[in-house]
Amino acid sequence: MSSTPTSSGSVSPQKILVLALIVLGLIAPFGIYPIFLMKGLCFALFAAAFNLLLGYVGLLSFGHAMFFGFSAYVTAHGAKEWGLTPELAVLAGVATAVVLGAFTGWLAIRRSGIYFAMVTLAFSQMMYFVAVQAPFTHGEDGIQGVPRGHLFGLIDLNSTLNMYYFVFALFVGALLIIHRIIHSPFGQVLKAIRDNEPRAISLGYEVERYKLLAFTLSAGLAGLAGSVKALVFQLASLADVHWHASGEVVLMTLLGGVGTVFGPTVGAFLVVAIQNYFSEVGSWVTIIQGVIFVFCVLLFRSGMVGVLTPWLKRRGIRG
Amino acid sequence: MKQAAIGTRKCAKASLEETPWEVCMGDDFIVETRSLTKEFKGFVAVSDVNLKVRRHTIHALIGPNGAGKTTCFNLVTKFLTPTRGQILFNGRDITKAAPAAIARQGMVRSFQISAVFGHLTVLENVRVALQRVQGNSFHFWRSDSCLASLNERADELVEAVGITEYRDIPAGELSYGRKRALEIATTLALDPEMLLLDEPMAGMGTEDVKRTAELIRRVAANRTILMVEHNLSVVADLSDTITVLKLGHILAEGSYKDVSSNPEVVEAYMGAGHGEAGHG
Repeated sequence: MSSTPTSSGSVSPQKILVLALIVLGLIAPFGIYPIFLMKGLCFALFAAAFNLLLGYVGLLSFGHAMFFGFSAYVTAHGAKEWGLTPELAVLAGVATAVVLGAFTGWLAIRRSGIYFAMVTLAFSQMMYFVAVQAPFTHGEDGIQGVPRGHLFGLIDLNSTLNMYYFVFALFVGALLIIHRIIHSPFGQVLKAIRDNEPRAISLGYEVERYKLLAFTLSAGLAGLAGSVKALVFQLASLADVHWHASGEVVLMTLLGGVGTVFGPTVGAFLVVAIQNYFSEVGSWVTIIQGVIFVFCVLLFRSGMVGVLTPWLKRRGIRG
Repeated sequence: MKQAAIGTRKCAKASLEETPWEVCMGDDFIVETRSLTKEFKGFVAVSDVNLKVRRHTIHALIGPNGAGKTTCFNLVTKFLTPTRGQILFNGRDITKAAPAAIARQGMVRSFQISAVFGHLTVLENVRVALQRVQGNSFHFWRSDSCLASLNERADELVEAVGITEYRDIPAGELSYGRKRALEIATTLALDPEMLLLDEPMAGMGTEDVKRTAELIRRVAANRTILMVEHNLSVVADLSDTITVLKLGHILAEGSYKDVSSNPEVVEAYMGAGHGEAGHG
C-alpha cells in the first residue's frame, strides 16, 4: 500500500473528504439553526471521547456522564461565580474531568467487561447524588444564566456566530487530538490490548497503565464537551450528569459506528436531530430511537460509518 | 542469513554476564519450581511439582488431558498465582512478580489458541512487540510514523517465519498455521531468553507441523524452550527432556526413550497414546 509510487493519489480522497467536511462545518450556520449545530457538535465530541475508550481499548464505560456533567458544572460555576474568561472556565472543566477520570479510572480498570461498566456506573451515580446535594450546583435548578463572556477578552461569544466558530474550532481540534492518539505508538498498544489483552501482557505490557491513560484522556475530552455545552446553553443541569446521558452516548457511538473516527459524530447528529425535530411527538422520540437502534443493530452492526466506509473504498478503487 | 539472525540471541552474552556463577556450573537451570501447587476450590490441579528446565534445551511437558500442563504453564508465567511453592527464573524468585514483568525479564509465553492482534496488520503485530523496548509506548501525542524505524527488524522477523507476502493484511485474516507463525515472529521480536509454547502444533495439518517444528528447532539455538505438546512424534523429535504429568503430579522425567519405556507412562496414555509412543 505504502509502496505505490503516486502516493498523492491514494491519500487525497480521504483528505478531500475531511476538507469538504470542514468547509461544510464552516458554512453550516448560515443554513442550519446554529444552536442545533452546536448541540450536535458538543454531543459529537462527547461521543468521540467515549468511542476512544470503547472503540480503541474495548472498555464500555457506563459512567461518562459524570465527566460530561461535572465539567459543565465547574465551567458554569467558574464563569458565573469566579468571573473566569470562557477559555479558563473550559480549562477548569477539563482539568476537573481529568482528575475525576484518573481517580475513577484507577479503580475501574481493574475490572473488565460488564463489571467495568457497572463500576463506572456506580461512580457516575455517586457523582449524580453529589450534584443533587452540593450547594454550588443548585440542585434541580442547575446553574442558570452562565455568562459566555469574551474569548481571550476580545471576541464576544454572545454573538451566536462567534460562539459557533469557537465550538467548531474546539471540535475540530479535539477530533485531531483523538486522531493523533489513535495513530500514535500509544494507540498501537491500545489496539493490541483491545484485540488480545493476555497476549499484550505476555509481551510485557502493563496493560492497566495504558488503560488508565486512555480512560483519563477520554474523560478529559468528554469533559471538554460538557464544558462547551455549558457555555453554549448557558446552563449546567442535572440532566448532564444523569445516567441517561451515559446511555445516550453509547447509543450515539453504536449508531454511528464504534471504532471509526467519524462514526460518533454521525451518530450524535442523528440522535440530536431526532430529539430536536421530533420533539412535538413527545415520548414517541424514545420509541423512534429504539426502533432505529434495533434496525441498526440488525442491519449494520458496525454502525453507519462502519458500513459506508468499506463501500466507499470499494467504489474508490473501481472509479 | 535471515534465518541465522533469528537463531541467535543478540543479547545472549549480556545475560550470561549477569549470572556468571550459574554458567560455571554444569547443571544450569533457567527455570526451577519448588513444590509448586495450585488448588482450585478444593481441586488440586498441580501438586508439589518440582520442575527443572536446563538452559538451552527444549523441554516438553506432556500428559493426558487434565494432567495440569497448562496450569503449570500459567503458574510459571504468573498468569495464575500459585497456592504454594516457589518459582525461580535465572536464580531469581519470581513467585510474586507480575506477568508483564516476567515477560520483560525474558520469559515469554505463547497461547493454546493462537494469539495475534486481529485488527493490526502482520507487520504491526511484530512491531508492537518491538516498540515497547523503544520506550515511546505512552507517547500519545506522537505520530506512529516514528515507529517506521522498526519496520526493518519487523520485516526480517516476518520473513524469517515465511509470511512476508501477508505483511500488510490484518492478522485476523491469516490462516491458522500462519497465525501461529506470526505469533512466533512476535515472540521472537522480544528476543526472549526463554520461550514457553503452549501446544504450538494444536490444530495444524501435517505440512504446518513440519514447518513449525523446523522453526522451533531453529529458534531453540541459544534459547530455552518449555513446551506443552500433544503430538508425541513432534515431542520425540524435538525435545531433550520430557516431563510427564498425571493428575497434577510428575509421573516421569527423562529423555524420550526413558519416558516412553516407562510402564507407568504407557499406562497413563493407554490406547492411542500407547500406539504413538511405540513408533518413536
